[in-house]
Amino acid sequence: MAGQQRVYRQRIRATSSLKKIFRAMELIAASRIGKARLRVEQATPYTRAITRAISAVAAHSGVDHPLTTARTDTGRAAVLVISADRGMAGAYSANVIREAERLRGRLEADGKEIVQFAAGRRAVSYYSFRRRELAGQWTGGSDAPTRETAREMARALFSRFQADAEDGGVDEIYIVGTRFVSMVTQQAQVLRLLPLEIVEGVEEPEEGEVQPLYDFEPSPEQVLDALLPRYIESRIFGSLLHCAASELASRQRAMNTATSNAEDIIRNYTRLANQARQAEITQEISEIVSGADALAAS
Amino acid sequence: MAGPLTIDVVAPDRVLWSGTAERLIAPTVEGEIGLLTGHEPVLSVLKAGTVRVRGGVDGDAEFAIEAGFVSFDHDVVTVVVEPAAPAAAAGETAAH
Repeated sequence: MAGQQRVYRQRIRATSSLKKIFRAMELIAASRIGKARLRVEQATPYTRAITRAISAVAAHSGVDHPLTTARTDTGRAAVLVISADRGMAGAYSANVIREAERLRGRLEADGKEIVQFAAGRRAVSYYSFRRRELAGQWTGGSDAPTRETAREMARALFSRFQADAEDGGVDEIYIVGTRFVSMVTQQAQVLRLLPLEIVEGVEEPEEGEVQPLYDFEPSPEQVLDALLPRYIESRIFGSLLHCAASELASRQRAMNTATSNAEDIIRNYTRLANQARQAEITQEISEIVSGADALAAS
Repeated sequence: MAGPLTIDVVAPDRVLWSGTAERLIAPTVEGEIGLLTGHEPVLSVLKAGTVRVRGGVDGDAEFAIEAGFVSFDHDVVTVVVEPAAPAAAAGETAAH
């Protein structure tokens, strides 16, 4: 009987040390999320400015730049999946990967071949377990991305887009990441990076109005050449920052739930342990009483 | 003459300067460009140098830049810069 009690006590001890770990991870996530959100906010004006400038060039210059026109010669599409490095963040990575698989199905239905890129250990291990070839992978620092990582990714993706069909060039570039909407809502989403499709923040010239003549220095082509790599980099960096904030928010929520689950388990086991102790005492008493009875009777 | 220019100077990770000023001078690849109210829309690539904001409500500001571009449309100027060496102290104090 004493064995039963000991087992319960052991489980309570184990669970409460787990609870401490969960609580610590929740607090770490909570303390980092403020900074991650701030970085998202601070990077937004830059991305917006670049996007607007690109749109202005595309809308006003009428240049036929190879980077703004769709190419269809390769039949390949590059997909970059951004996930977390570690688990313990609920369904965060699973959601991103599910979204990526959905995109994959859609692209393959269109007869495209997928060139897979993965960022974050969870995505990398998902694909390597399924023996899918990765064209590029980045791990580490998923909760605090740096400009350097973004630059590397941009370079890798961009060179694919510029490469010839024989050299593994791609028609389109997609990013599958997570959008940080709020502390409680993060949404897995697909973003098409290239060819450009967004024209936002540029007013359409009204009918009859003379289209404002933008002056491009040195020339529209050169402006685009200078802008596009930066645009791609900033979009990737923006996505990484969104993903980092989302990861931390998911982790905080998941760890919060885990902590309260651990509390529930501890409460249950404490009750069971008390019951076992009570049962033991009751049994001991009845043994003593019945022993005394037996002696008195004889 | 219309009102002052609305100027935003943004770096990849933060906004360096935001507000209104009379004049903006930026080093483009073809030489320095000075922007005043009513300038024609322009989008220009910048080279390493100094972006200068003059006659701002909070005073002047200067930023050393590595590269970037400036866009001007309807008296709204957006200067996108690659951060050079630490931004000039004057810019820092004006931003906060």
